[in-house]
Amino acid sequence: MLKKRIIPCLDIKNGRTVKGINFVDIKDAGDPIELAKSYVEQGADELVFLDITATIENRATLIELVKKIALEINIPFTVGGGINSIEDVSKLIKAGADKVSINSAAVKNPSLITEIADQFGSQCVVVAIDTKFENNEWKVFVHGGRTSTEIKTIYWAKQIEKLGGGEILLTSMNNDGTKAGFALDITDQVSKSVNIPVIASGGAGTKAHFKDVFEKTGATGGLAASIFHYGEIPIQMLKNYLKTEKIAIR
Amino acid sequence: MIAIIKYNAGNISSVKNALTRLGYKSIITDDPEAILNAEKVILPGVGEASSAMKYLIQKGLDKVILSIKNPILGICLGLHIMCDYSEEGDTKCLNIFNAKVKKFPNRDIVPHMGWNNFNSIDGSLFNNISIDNNVYYVHGFYAEICSQTIATCDYIEPFSAAMQKDNFYATQFHPEKSADIGEQLLKNFLEL
Repeated sequence: MLKKRIIPCLDIKNGRTVKGINFVDIKDAGDPIELAKSYVEQGADELVFLDITATIENRATLIELVKKIALEINIPFTVGGGINSIEDVSKLIKAGADKVSINSAAVKNPSLITEIADQFGSQCVVVAIDTKFENNEWKVFVHGGRTSTEIKTIYWAKQIEKLGGGEILLTSMNNDGTKAGFALDITDQVSKSVNIPVIASGGAGTKAHFKDVFEKTGATGGLAASIFHYGEIPIQMLKNYLKTEKIAIR
Repeated sequence: MIAIIKYNAGNISSVKNALTRLGYKSIITDDPEAILNAEKVILPGVGEASSAMKYLIQKGLDKVILSIKNPILGICLGLHIMCDYSEEGDTKCLNIFNAKVKKFPNRDIVPHMGWNNFNSIDGSLFNNISIDNNVYYVHGFYAEICSQTIATCDYIEPFSAAMQKDNFYATQFHPEKSADIGEQLLKNFLEL
């Protein structure tokens, strides 16, 4: 049976992990490689690296980091943040990224999704949607959630699939950072309206939140950053719990 | 030396990286002599069947692959290329395995993406691997089960997770991305 994926997200700034706590088994939590290796050992199913600076000067640093990650990590990983063009994608894939995650650039220029899919295959195009429930509607936000759009989330999800997107990473801005649980309603609506994998993101605070999102929605993966980063929920403990709750887990 | 066949498929470096982690030296090459002289050959692949076959034929690599006497491992698209025919781009393939490659029906999410266990495994490629172990897949097309199938998996339809005929081996999953289980399988292949 295909397993539900547990996906830690590492925020990268100037080639370093935005600082969390030091796990007992790693010397430097600011070193993305060390942290990533620790996640792999704990049983992470995939990793997402999000470059939160994403300035031109830092791009070269990121490419070098991706090369190092590709050498060290034996599970699939996605790189996102500040990707605007097919050239950006090409550099990351050549450096060894398995997938790239695009967000604002895809909203601005939807044909970028098709362009990447045609050149590198749908499987490597993750389209991230930041969504917010406002005035009774789920809509798409861009620029790290700072800018609203008039695009309805479900419409955009269907467009992403049509354009060749391989996967949707759905973050609910209402839930992100609350630790009150994933946005079950929109996650379920999106996963039911497309036939590509949907990863739920934003709001994970307890082990039960992952159980809920896998039982009550069609999400095939759950992504979180801080609860893993700060060691609040060790990945292995989360996976053991989900197994006892009869969720299909590696 | 291990030769990784260079063709127009993406992310070939991940196979090389996996071999490096296991302590093996490898080259990415499309030179027929280097491929034929290599102790082991790997035909990787993330890409599309018809353009991959077209490229191999253009470079004369189709005949080179067929004349390899040492063990060769096809991965993902590499497995499809070793089959008889692929529905992807209506492509005539190398016909090493007597199976057709079909598109997954849309009854569930396509592609089959993520970690899945086996329904059955057989042979030395799976030494120290059990059917409950999970490996990483990402594919929208699958090879039917046939007499050369050595491992099976189930997603929408039962399909060939691995195949073998003589010195030709292939896996639908990505051992280079399948953590310790994938490393075990690569080790088993490299030690054949």
